[in-house]
Amino acid sequence: MSAVTATGLGVTDVLARCKAEGRAALVGYLPVGFPTVEGSIRAMVAMVEAGVDIVEIGVPYSDPVMDGPVIQAAASTALAGGVRTDDVYRAAAAVRAAGAPPLVMSYWNLVLKRGVERFARDLAAAGGAGLITPDLIPEEAADWIAASDTHGLDRVFLIAPSSTEERLTKVTSACRGFVYAAATMGVTGTRESVDSHAPALVHRARTVSPVPVCVGIGVSSRAQAAEIASWADGVIVGTALVRCLAEHAELSDGIAALRSLTAELAAGVREGDR
Amino acid sequence: MTEHTTSDRSASGPTATERTAGTGTDGIPGRFGPFGGRYVPEALIPALEELDEARQKAMVDPDFLAELERLHRTYTGRPSIITEVPRFAAHAGGARIVLKREDLNHTGSHKINNVIAQALLTKRMGKTRVIAETGAGQHGVATATAAALMGLECTVYMGRVDTERQALNVARMKMLGATVVAVEHGSATLKDAINEALRDWVTNVETTHYLIGTVTGPHPFPEMVRDFHRIIGVEARAQVLELTGRLPDAVIACVGGGSNAMGIFHRFIEDEGVRLVGVEAGGEGVETGRHAARFASASPGVLHGAMSYLMQDEDGQTVESHSISAGLDYPSVGPEHSWLRDSGRAEYRYATDEKVMRAFELLCRTEGIIPALESAHALAGALEVGRELGPDGLILVNLSGRGDKDMHTAAEWFGLVDDGGEGTSDEGARPAAPRRPANGVGLVDDGGEDTSDEGARPAAPRRPANGVGLVDEGER
Ligand SMILES: Cc1ncc(COP(=O)(O)O)c(C=O)c1O
Repeated sequence: MSAVTATGLGVTDVLARCKAEGRAALVGYLPVGFPTVEGSIRAMVAMVEAGVDIVEIGVPYSDPVMDGPVIQAAASTALAGGVRTDDVYRAAAAVRAAGAPPLVMSYWNLVLKRGVERFARDLAAAGGAGLITPDLIPEEAADWIAASDTHGLDRVFLIAPSSTEERLTKVTSACRGFVYAAATMGVTGTRESVDSHAPALVHRARTVSPVPVCVGIGVSSRAQAAEIASWADGVIVGTALVRCLAEHAELSDGIAALRSLTAELAAGVREGDR
Repeated sequence: MTEHTTSDRSASGPTATERTAGTGTDGIPGRFGPFGGRYVPEALIPALEELDEARQKAMVDPDFLAELERLHRTYTGRPSIITEVPRFAAHAGGARIVLKREDLNHTGSHKINNVIAQALLTKRMGKTRVIAETGAGQHGVATATAAALMGLECTVYMGRVDTERQALNVARMKMLGATVVAVEHGSATLKDAINEALRDWVTNVETTHYLIGTVTGPHPFPEMVRDFHRIIGVEARAQVLELTGRLPDAVIACVGGGSNAMGIFHRFIEDEGVRLVGVEAGGEGVETGRHAARFASASPGVLHGAMSYLMQDEDGQTVESHSISAGLDYPSVGPEHSWLRDSGRAEYRYATDEKVMRAFELLCRTEGIIPALESAHALAGALEVGRELGPDGLILVNLSGRGDKDMHTAAEWFGLVDDGGEGTSDEGARPAAPRRPANGVGLVDDGGEDTSDEGARPAAPRRPANGVGLVDEGER
């Protein structure tokens, strides 16, 4: 039941293609509106050109409890710059046109406020592949599950090292596209090494569900990407990419840094010991 | 604490699940009509389930209940008394007004009721660390106090703006051994402190209990915190009956997150003739946008794990609230209040800063009781409701806390500090001769010193804080 839109491949197809190539997929996160709406869209497109397989488009939110300081600061800048929920559809269309499935990551109140059905309809119309919901658990998601079925969108819920077997079963069975495994207990940011709980979590998820497992939170380097690529279906990188844009005053410099980091990470996901 | 109602429409415990029907959710307990729920990262779900199980077991465990009762009797200072305030009531159309004196509890507010109980639960769950958010600092002080008493490690998150306006409480928390983290993000007030506490919790959940200070957050917090404060209404109902021979016409409480209000309301819910009146912070006036009158302006949304009325913009971004009182400066409200409001059982009004400060001064001058600014909102509400009820009316007000912590704000508002800003900005400034008899003057710059320098050693104060005669908790 993969979500293949008329304009391109769905998340499931991309993950299958990567698997056929004997590698993990690279999922890159950037928030729309940082440093500006136009700048963020250019950066997302650059990331696709440099080797990201799936783009995770963040919607800036005033109270991002799952995010560390780098993404919080980017969200604040984007909101101060006047970013609106509507901008995410433009970004999704641009990413789709560049050839990668756009998955939107949004805190739940932004979706609720727009109306779950309307959010889903607009996202599908813009070529969006689906939604990652960091503060929504399947039990609270009846409306979203219905709307995503209606509009053929993927649903990515999260699992964490603290998840019990019962929770893993419940969450993975509600997912479509992949399940997002939080590599560590904590918020987004970069970590020195890959948490030892991560491979165990992926293994536990695999024993209860066939849904692909992508691993994120704390991943920043080629070596970490390669390590995770050995045992996961996808590697999700956020903070390290956002930092490329945050650390350069000139957008073109930021995008150049983003391209080279993306290329490194793309090499990493091909170096996994599978 | 052991008393449970079975027939009221927002019942606790076993009947809570009945209310999930028709909410469009899949069997999640902790719904109050459409409000409440669990909108949190998956990583926290096991901890919430563990907590829910622990508190349900505790509430029927005679050992737990006996220990809680003993601590309330010998430490918190329960039962708190009631005080009739006729000289104050003379300004309220002659209605009788009775105050429930939660200000007399150890640490100075109702917050300790919930904190002692959650700290006991923390130990039962085998956790060694507590974290808390705080706005006015009262919940942070109560948490630091319970942590000291029970040997728990304690970190309190507080918005930078609040560390400044509630400097005295920052000093108290540090005295008690807590780490106080000033949060700079966003509006740097209570909501941002909660964000930061949630981030800490997601990271350290294995060893740490998040001791939420009000009836907000994901299930089971709204229900559990209410149950831990329910003793306020249980005591007050019996006390008012004994004093007056009848039930009050109205029970009035301020509503920030809503814990002191739920605490005093809950026992009265089944008394249909008793009006339940919540008073929100009207700030500079609802028309200015600078307020925290959620029910006057907001629509339902999700913040910090629960669906409730929420101040938000067109896109669902949280709108910053404003109030002279840090403890009411929060853009959302406990979900059970949203339900009491929509179901018509409770009514909500707001009081502007202006009216609040008048009620604050009035209670000081007529009764010799300095209320917390939060509680002064309830008093402002009582002045209005009293005039509506007339001389036959009987009103019970929850005086949720005392105003020591607010002397800085009051001194500025009433011009009690001769040189205004200098008192706080210049550490060396001696309190000038006040125009009015304001003991608070000495506190203003003590507080300023303590927050402006996180590393300040409390051991050798240049001036003994007790000298001003108001710092009663610091003496031990
Ligand atoms: C004295 C006092 N009353 C009321 C409140 C508001 O909280 P709640 O609405 O949960 O009672 C506070 C919060 O800090 C407080 O310190």
